[in-house]
Amino acid sequence: MSEITVIAEITNGKLNPATAELVTAASALGGDVVVVVPCTDASVADAASAYSNVSRVVAAKSSVFANYDASGWAEAIDAVSPAGNLVFLASAQSKDLAARLASKRGISVVQDVVEISGNNLTSPIYSGKAFQTVAISTTAVISVRANVFSPSPSDGDASMSVVDATGNVKSAVKELIGRASERLDVAEANIIISGGRGMGSPDNFKHLEVVADTIGAAVGASRAAVDTWDEIPHSMQVGQTGKTVNPNLYIAVGISGAIQHLAGMRSSKYIVAINKDADAPIFQYADYGIVASWEDALPVLQSTFSEMF
Amino acid sequence: MANIVVLVKQVPDTNAKIVFSGESVDLSAVKMVTSPYDEFAVETALQHKEASGGTVTALTVGGSGADKILKDAKAMGVDNIVRVWGDGFETLDSNSFQSVLSSVLSEIGADVVYCGKSSADLGSGSTGPGVAEKLGWASVSNIVSASFADGLTVTAPADGGNAVVNVSLPAIISCDKGDLKPRKPNVRGIMMAKKAQVDVREASAPASTVTLVSQTPPPAKPAGKTYEGGQSAAEVAKLLRDEANVL
Repeated sequence: MSEITVIAEITNGKLNPATAELVTAASALGGDVVVVVPCTDASVADAASAYSNVSRVVAAKSSVFANYDASGWAEAIDAVSPAGNLVFLASAQSKDLAARLASKRGISVVQDVVEISGNNLTSPIYSGKAFQTVAISTTAVISVRANVFSPSPSDGDASMSVVDATGNVKSAVKELIGRASERLDVAEANIIISGGRGMGSPDNFKHLEVVADTIGAAVGASRAAVDTWDEIPHSMQVGQTGKTVNPNLYIAVGISGAIQHLAGMRSSKYIVAINKDADAPIFQYADYGIVASWEDALPVLQSTFSEMF
Repeated sequence: MANIVVLVKQVPDTNAKIVFSGESVDLSAVKMVTSPYDEFAVETALQHKEASGGTVTALTVGGSGADKILKDAKAMGVDNIVRVWGDGFETLDSNSFQSVLSSVLSEIGADVVYCGKSSADLGSGSTGPGVAEKLGWASVSNIVSASFADGLTVTAPADGGNAVVNVSLPAIISCDKGDLKPRKPNVRGIMMAKKAQVDVREASAPASTVTLVSQTPPPAKPAGKTYEGGQSAAEVAKLLRDEANVL
């Protein structure tokens, strides 16, 4: 059986648990699953040996992996990955790397895959307004959306090898700027609570932050909120000209549901909408809709969550 | 003096409703525009030229209908407009598409290429890094700002925040929205654009290995539950835990 390679997702120096979902996706595509872990310290790869359905783990150890450089990373990963299909997580960085690696190998890349059926791969296009299925006729690189495939269980015991990798870096990090707040970024969060212009003022986002802190969520915003208030930065914006997110739970507060916003969050697993306008389009996409002002609903939501957590 | 190229793509207006004809998207009635992130790329390219001198060339792959977005870029202030097209280009996969762009970029020459972080239609974000790899160039994706004082320095998201990165040229830089506001064309720009000639080129592409099977509406979501009044938030919170299992 040929091999299929999962490139492990590393977030803040640790193996991202979504890597276990990539193993499931790779198994669906077929082949013996090899997990390549880009790292500066091979111990990061240990957790990957526990994934079921993995034939072997390769810790690709290199100083190149200290800071992201698309060219250097692609070269180093290419050198240690076997021939055959490659599977990445569809995070911003890994999509970039997937595109570089495919180009390096002269093959095509299919991004944001949410369904695999034989050689047919389905991804959202037009920001989720349509789904496109393509067929791959030869080796390809794919990236897979998080929270779509179930994670491979962790009762495996795959063998692990450590190999030294190297690549030529074409960019130099001058400075790393930490986020102004310790808050989770919407692109990385499994739960997001977002506010729109219906919040009335940027100060009122603090009520969203309280709920976010209780349930471990990131705070997002609609484009209307970002455009209206300077205090709400673009980095919080969810939507077509902001970030496309795919969390397990998305809570939209005071957001009417403009088409640009829906494009960025409609694939969330569960959507809760709080809006005082019962006709707001967001309710058509909500699993749980609450027709109420945020002033009435948020304190109740918060007190219930704080009893639960 | 920098030779600057900006990649632009024509896409359906992001406010447009996407309709289907059989198992494919029907764009015949949709207004076509420059992909929004590409406008940030045009703005960055123009700022680069203003800082260091040189020329800006807008390049697109498309049929004659795409001349419109090249003229829009011209109206914003780019110097040259180039369109590439060839047989079967409607269905190029990423490898073939990037091969076309890299051969044209080699032909016209560039020190730095800007593009949007992803297109508003396919949204894959593969073009910038993929073309850079084919040319053996550096690439940085999703930048939120750029400065041109001391070589090219860009700010892009990194683990836990942003990284300020010096990029060795030549390079391809993909642009996020950041704090940029793309300039509006002035009257002179619009007049110039009307008269501008599009430099139309041909290219050949390697065979595609990824083929389209179908385009369909997103899977319908079952109707949700709706509650009246703020007190119902307590019940919803419990359902999130007990029914949806997401807490």
